[in-house]
Amino acid sequence: MKRIVAKEEFCMGCGLCEVYCTVQHSKSKDIVKAYNREHPRPLSRVRLEMNQPVSFAIQCRHCEDAPCVTACLSGAMQKDEATGLVTHDAEKCIGCWTCIMVCPYGAIKMDASGKVVSKCDLCSELDVPACVANCPNGALVYKEVKP
Amino acid sequence: MSKYVIVGASAAGIGAVEAIREVDPVGTITVISEEPCPRYSRPMISDLVSGKANFEKMKWRDDHFWDKNEVQALTGRTAVSLNLADKYIALDKGDCVNFEKLLIATGGRPFVPKIEGADKEGVFTFTTLSDAERLAAKIETAKRVVVIGAGLIGVSVTEALVKRGLQVTMVELKDKILSLILDPKSSEMVENVIKKAGVTIVTGQTVQRILGTPEDDNVVGGAVFTSGDQVQCDLVIIAIGVIPRLELVAGTDVKTNKGIIVDRFMRTNVSDVYASGDVAETYDFVFGANRLLPLWPLAQLEGKVAGYNMAGKKAGYPGGTAMSALKYFGIPIISIGVVNPKENDAYEILTKHDPERNLYKKIVLKDNVIVGITLVNDIEKAGILFHLMKNCAKVKKFKQELLSENFGLATLPRSLRKKLYPGE
Repeated sequence: MKRIVAKEEFCMGCGLCEVYCTVQHSKSKDIVKAYNREHPRPLSRVRLEMNQPVSFAIQCRHCEDAPCVTACLSGAMQKDEATGLVTHDAEKCIGCWTCIMVCPYGAIKMDASGKVVSKCDLCSELDVPACVANCPNGALVYKEVKP
Repeated sequence: MSKYVIVGASAAGIGAVEAIREVDPVGTITVISEEPCPRYSRPMISDLVSGKANFEKMKWRDDHFWDKNEVQALTGRTAVSLNLADKYIALDKGDCVNFEKLLIATGGRPFVPKIEGADKEGVFTFTTLSDAERLAAKIETAKRVVVIGAGLIGVSVTEALVKRGLQVTMVELKDKILSLILDPKSSEMVENVIKKAGVTIVTGQTVQRILGTPEDDNVVGGAVFTSGDQVQCDLVIIAIGVIPRLELVAGTDVKTNKGIIVDRFMRTNVSDVYASGDVAETYDFVFGANRLLPLWPLAQLEGKVAGYNMAGKKAGYPGGTAMSALKYFGIPIISIGVVNPKENDAYEILTKHDPERNLYKKIVLKDNVIVGITLVNDIEKAGILFHLMKNCAKVKKFKQELLSENFGLATLPRSLRKKLYPGE
């Protein structure tokens, strides 16, 4: 299965991964409209971690034994057996924040509404996730990894 | 004869089913549950009362769950007794189920103290779907409610009732609300929010007597506090806590303390008999000993561990600790481990309070290892802190960063990061 892998040594800390994640998860899919006209502004599901000179992007790792799936109170967070993805059903989510408490990567956040959580979905409708496709220096790679 | 018999079908029971099926696709599984449809999320019963969720949304596992996992589900049935010598469970209709491996996941029952008048119509406990349904049916006609207990259950039901427009008085015996999981500062922050929502909070008191109405003494009309003060109300909800349901093992060789005693593999002292969830005393890695920790995510994990071991895959329980995420009254809070360290102990406490943004963070350290986390309103990094805590990571070199807004994985020294996140 394919996963996003961060190459810390290539990350420049430019933050374009966050920008394009935001756009991809906006209603309009347009950078200007997403930032200027959508209220609340959609959130990036990838987080740029900075502690100079170290920087890298982190998003849901779709863990094999995902603590968020075990801890989920409502059944919104599930492990897809076929794809190995950790999927989040916003309709079922009750915003109890239990998954945030147990995610070792801090990769789940409250979404802009403050009512449910949001996390990386690997841009399931795209061939290559937006953060990877728009990383200018190859610091994010989308590749096959062993489960 | 069933290879695996599981008594109780909530978080632990269902966790066990899933784990067994990962390892053993064919062994027969029988699940016994008193509830007609136990596959629901128990923490969501307050959402049913508030109107935020219907039963469909509360389904924690879908309608095909039993079929998909080839489980014989004896729902709406009660396990009456346990015979360890002949390895069977006797059921309420006189029938029996033999087992090779047994999991006791009977959970807890609400603790109801002796209160005069507690048998009146309009007195509720609040732990099951049927409790929630009966309460929801009363809401149209009720106006005022007294909730006894300001712990997690009390606060959750209070929020639901407020959303439905009822006037709630919360009565708490301790000086602070949520005193088991919050420190005084964070408790006060929540208290302010709850009061703003129109709830009356009475601390240092409990209800000593429940009164009837002038028309009918069998129907709730008011409550008298220990101070002697009296309020009118139409409903009383007892939300003090849960105690393990031990009746199935009473009089058997299964060893109990407050709950059933289990090892790190969820085994009881009797071979082939396991226990998990609110009925069991499981390992608390902060406490360094087993104790009751009646929390949904832990019950699910304990059930999984039991299931693996029952099916022959050795799996140790890593341990849990007191850990709660709170969403109530719009103030997100995460509380893990030690929140109120005793002053004479060798704890180091880091705090940060930003009243303008209503932020509060507190980390409790012992020997430079995180043993307690409280986060109010800025909770996104809770899981990273918890990961450090679970792995007993020494945080001496970067402890000043733990509460900063920029704290994250990049804060960790590279060697520690590689150690704690080996796959990255």
